[in-house]
This record gives sequence, C-alpha cells and structure tokens, in this order.
Amino acid sequence: MNKIGLIIQREYLTRVRKKSFIVMTILGPILMAALMIVPVWMAMNDEDESNILVIDDSFLFNERMTDTDNIHFFFPEVGLDSAKNQMVASDDFDAVLYIHKNIMSSPSGIQLIYDKQPGINVIRYIENTIENDIEKFKLAKSGIDQATIEAAKTNVRLVTTKLDEVGEESKSNTELSMVVGMFSGILIYMFIFLYGVQVMRGVIEEKTSRIIEVIISSVKPFELMMGKIIGIALVGLTQFLLWIVLSAAFVSGGKMLVEDHFSKDSPTSIEQAMNTTEQFVPEGEEAVSAELNQEAIDEVFASIKQIDFPVILFSFLFYFLGGYLIYSALFAAVGSAVDNEADSQQFMLPITAPIIFSFVMAQVVINNPESPMSFWLSMIPFTSPIIMMVRIPFGVPYWELGLSMALLVIGFIGTTWIAGRIYRTGILMYGKKISYKELWKWLRYH
Amino acid sequence: MNQPIFRAENVSKAYAGHVAIENISISVPTGSIFGLLGPNGAGKTTFIRIINQITGPDTGQLWFNGERLEEKHLGLIGYLPEERGLYKKMKVGEQALYLCQLKGLSKKVALERLKYWFQKFGIEAWWNKKVEELSKGMAQKVQFIVTVLHEPKLLILDEPFSGFDPINTNLIKSEILELKKKGTTIIFSTHNMGSVEELCDHIALINNARVILEGEVKEVRSRFRTNTYNIDFQGSVMQLSASLGTYGELIEHGPEGDHMDATVRLVNGATTNQLLGNIMRTVEVTGFREVIPSMNDIFIEAVGRYNRENMKP
Repeated sequence: MNKIGLIIQREYLTRVRKKSFIVMTILGPILMAALMIVPVWMAMNDEDESNILVIDDSFLFNERMTDTDNIHFFFPEVGLDSAKNQMVASDDFDAVLYIHKNIMSSPSGIQLIYDKQPGINVIRYIENTIENDIEKFKLAKSGIDQATIEAAKTNVRLVTTKLDEVGEESKSNTELSMVVGMFSGILIYMFIFLYGVQVMRGVIEEKTSRIIEVIISSVKPFELMMGKIIGIALVGLTQFLLWIVLSAAFVSGGKMLVEDHFSKDSPTSIEQAMNTTEQFVPEGEEAVSAELNQEAIDEVFASIKQIDFPVILFSFLFYFLGGYLIYSALFAAVGSAVDNEADSQQFMLPITAPIIFSFVMAQVVINNPESPMSFWLSMIPFTSPIIMMVRIPFGVPYWELGLSMALLVIGFIGTTWIAGRIYRTGILMYGKKISYKELWKWLRYH
Repeated sequence: MNQPIFRAENVSKAYAGHVAIENISISVPTGSIFGLLGPNGAGKTTFIRIINQITGPDTGQLWFNGERLEEKHLGLIGYLPEERGLYKKMKVGEQALYLCQLKGLSKKVALERLKYWFQKFGIEAWWNKKVEELSKGMAQKVQFIVTVLHEPKLLILDEPFSGFDPINTNLIKSEILELKKKGTTIIFSTHNMGSVEELCDHIALINNARVILEGEVKEVRSRFRTNTYNIDFQGSVMQLSASLGTYGELIEHGPEGDHMDATVRLVNGATTNQLLGNIMRTVEVTGFREVIPSMNDIFIEAVGRYNRENMKP
C-alpha cells in the first residue's frame, strides 16, 4: 500500500474507533430529534396557568376577554387596590390587568401588575385582544360594521415564476429555496469548523508527542499533511452520513411515538400546540386560509419538482469538501506553527473570520441571491462554499457555478501550497513564539 | 575498505540570516560506527535532517552507496531522532506496525519481525497496551525496534541512550554492536564521550556549523597526544624529579608512599628510552604507559581551541 494511503487509513481508523466519535454519532441525532420533538412536547404539556383579575374602568371589555386553555380572566366587582391585595394575598391569582377609563382616546397606560411573572404568550394574547377590540370599537363608531370588514379582508400570495433565457418557465418557491440553501450552508459551516479544528489538533498532537520527526523521515511532510486532511474528511463524511441515517430513524420513530400518544389522548390538542399562533387568527378567515394552504402545498410540490436535486446534491458534496479542504489546510498550518492549542488563538482569527463572515453574509444573500455582492461572494474561494450553496436552490447559471468551482479548486491548490510550506518548517520548530513575520519567512524557504 | 556508504561534499544550509552548517564534507565508511559529535546548536541535527531528506541542503552534494541521495534511499535508512515520541492514544503493536509499513515493509513481514523483536526485548505483553501506559524506557525500546526493523543499511541514532537506565543502555549497546556485525553502518550522535570511545570507529566533530576534527578514533586520539606518561615507581619524588634531567618535566605526582605514581612530559625532543634510561638508575620503575587523551578531553580541547581562534571580536 502506498504511504499516503497508510496515513489516511490510520487517521480514519483511530478517529472512527474513538469512544467520543461513537458517542457523538449516536448523540447527534438524538439531540437533533430532541430539538424537534421536545418543544412540541413541552408546548403540549405546558400546565402553567395564568389567572388574571381584570379591573376595567372603561367597562368595555368585560365580556370580551375570552379565556384560553391556560389563561383565565376574572372580573371582580372591586376597585384596583383591593384587587391588588387579593392577588398578593391568595395563590389563585397571578396578575391584575388594569384598564383605565379613557382607553379609547389614549390606548397607552394599560397596566399589568403581577406577583408571578406572566409568560410572553400571556402578554401578547392580552395585547392582541385589546388591540383588536379597540380597532373594532373605533370602526364601529365610524359606522363600519363587522361584516364589511370581513368582506374587505384580502390575502395575497405571489406565484413566483422564473423565466430563463431559453424561455422555459419554472415555478419557484422562495421559502423552500431558503430552507434548502440555509440548511446546506449551516452544514458546510459546521463541517469546516468541527473538522478543520480536528486537523489542527492532530497536527499539534504529532508535534507535542514528538513523533513527527520519526514519521517525516519516512514520508514527505506534505504527504503527511494531505493524508491527515483526507483521513479526517472521510471521518466527517462518515459521521454526517450516520447522522442523516440515524436522525431519519429517530425522527420517524419519535413521530410515531408522539402520534401514538395523541391518538389515545385528544387528537386536536397536538394541532393546537403546534399552531399556537393560529389561535389568534379571527374565525372568519379560516375558509380563506384553507384555500390558500391548498394552493401553497401545490406550489411546494411543483417547486420541489422544479429544484434540480442532482445539481444541488453534486454541488453540496463539492462545496462541502472544497470548503473543508481549503480551510483545513490552513488549520494544519496553524497547528504546525504552535506548540499547544492555547497558542493557536492568535492565528485562528484570520481563518475563522472569513468563515463566520460568510455565515453572516448568507442571511443577506438569501434575501437577495442575485445581487452583485452575492455573485462576488459566491466566487471568492473563502466565502463561496457557504454563499454558493445558499444561492444554488434559487437557480444559478451553470457558467457561474463552473467558474466558482474552478476558483475553489485553484484556491484550494494555492492555500495547500502555502500551508504545506509553513507546515514543513513549523512541525520541527519547538519552544519559539511564532509571529506572522516568522511565518512569512518560512513561506520563502526552499 | 570499499566505497563509503554515505558521503557529503561541501554541504551548506542557512536559515534566514543564520548559517546552520557550512561546507561540511564527511565520508562514512561502510560497516563502521561513525560518531557525529559537537556542542549543542553546532548543526548536528540539521545535518542529520539533511541525510534523512527532511530538509534539503542549500548547496553541496550527498551520495548514498555511490549514488546521488534520493527519496528511494529512505527505505534503506533508519533514523532515531533525539526528539522522539509515539502517538499516546494508539496501541503499541498497531503503532509499531504502522511506522514499519511507512518505511515500506509489507504488513506480513513487519508483523513477523515485530513479534521476534518484542520477544527479544521481553515486551510482547505490551502489544495491546496504549503508549501512554508505557514507561519512558519501555517506549524507547519500542522506538528502537521500529528504527531497526526494516533492516536499514544506514542507521542514524541521535542520543540513543537518553532516557535509558544502565541495564537498558547495555542492552541497546549490545544490539548496536550486533547490528554492526551484520554489516549495518551506524551514524551515532551523542554528548556521551564514554560511549563514543566504547563504540565508534570514526568521528567528526562539528562546531559552529563546520567540521573541525575528523578521522579514525585511534588516529584522532594519537593526534592529540601530549607526550605525557604515567610512571609507577618505588622511591621518592625528589629522586625521580632529579633524575628527569633535560629529558622531561614532572607535571604531577601522587602522595608519598611505597608505591608512587607520577605524570611526566617529555621535553626537548627526548625519547621514552632516553627518559627511562635516566630514571631507572635512581628509582625502581614498576609501570610506564603513555597518557592518551580521552574523547572528552579532545572534545573540550578542540572546541576550545577553535573558539579561541575564530571567535575573537
């Protein structure tokens, strides 16, 4: 077997066999599944109730504050002060809502006095209810009745269609593209960080354990560096593959469990829990929104068909690996220049800054995927892996994709060449505080 | 002797503004143990790294067995660096196997030989242990095995005895001599001058980036003879001193007693016979031998002399 193959094999096997790898591989999907299931579960089992005393000096809201599952309103026929005392004295009441007399003319100054902090949902619910009601009162005063308002409500949803140069029309779904793009971007971001740092650690380990000189008397430093980078890339791919498989298994398993649980319970409560926001939709809108939902679902399916999955998958793999390779070479160079991980901080910034920058810019690009800035960021090799992946689901001309990929390959060769030169000298330097000036010198050695 | 296994011609290497080695020319005879000596920072490690092709020379030529030194020769060279270590989290056997395979051995051959050596050194029970569980001496043994396992023609040992207790030092010494018997050439870098006298046939002394002394150990030592002799005798120092005449001068002597000893230097071009003829008449000579300088003395003398001559401001 050739030497670089041996190195890749060792880097891969020692990492895959580690307990931490196995633990992370199993825990990752559990965490992911938990992230998706726990909030729903928590929302469903949220037993925390709010009992609110309402003192309404305007006498407008008495019958209008309707209870929800966990917010209950009480209307005692007492003054504000005695209501406050009642709340403080008894455990049954959590807050006093005071609505003053001139609420119609000056809507500010409504007070919520509590002895137990009410949740944001409670506050928002009260605000929404009062807002809606005041609006309705005002409209009614101007002589517009409820039916007219309902009839005037309109919901507009754009059907976006891309017309390319050949004249082919294709429906696109912006939200779906956003999700696919953002998800790919996040995965690439994580991969670069998690495994780039592993490359650096591996280099530091070889340096501090002093095995480095034994090895480079058998193989070229560059071979060792590349072997390590490729080996760790394979570890990362293995882990992501296992995560995807296990997550799918856990999520579908968890879903079955949850659904099972609720078919026994009340079938409607899960919907309520999942759509807490829709509780606030006024009733008359429901028919319209059902219609819109159907339209939206059709649209999603049409655009799923429209999204070019082979291209996305291929480019994802390409940028996933390309992004990792271009950065991991730099991580290796940093690892070679320092004696321990603590010293690496000063060299980390120039590496992590562009990764974090592209991640931040991804949220800008996603709202404007065809702007000149988006174009350039998806061409520069240091930002292109994340930015281009965000753009691709929106449709990117093949020439742009090709150019960006070519630039990434050139960028990779360039950084690896530079990193290799720093690495070669760095791994044999001990006990020296390395400056950027020093690194520049190493670059020019032959 | 046939052609040298390794030869360096005018090899120089500089790091940004600092000359590591300058115009080094040495020739290592096949089958010999060659001592590469010198103070810390003299350039030994740089030179060894050049032989191992870890770094390249700026100028100069290197020859291995009559061919230009190339990458293919790496499999014929074994190198035990001074700064040596192992992967701490890896199992001993697995790691030894990996390092041997990197040197170009097939897995099967490497396994066979490793079994043999692990038994020989009595560490076969450690095969499945992690390196971090090993004592330092134990790890050193594993490193030594890995260095020699591919049966290199040229073995480079940089401070091989550091970290070994006297028992293991002896074990390694006898292994080195065993390897020499089998025809392995060994370049041996150390500060331990005792082991140089014991093991080396040839030496080269590097100081301040240059070779300042080179040759066969016996020849080098005789080059540093100072014409001094140890005399064991019966009589008094007074008698001895008086009998030296113009042939020699007394340098030092032991305490007065029945059996005396003194150190005497020949002067004025006198021969040992002339001196002996004189002193035999007054004292009873029971022993007479030349004082040959130790490698330690030679090291200090040569480096000191060089520094005095070249480092004047």
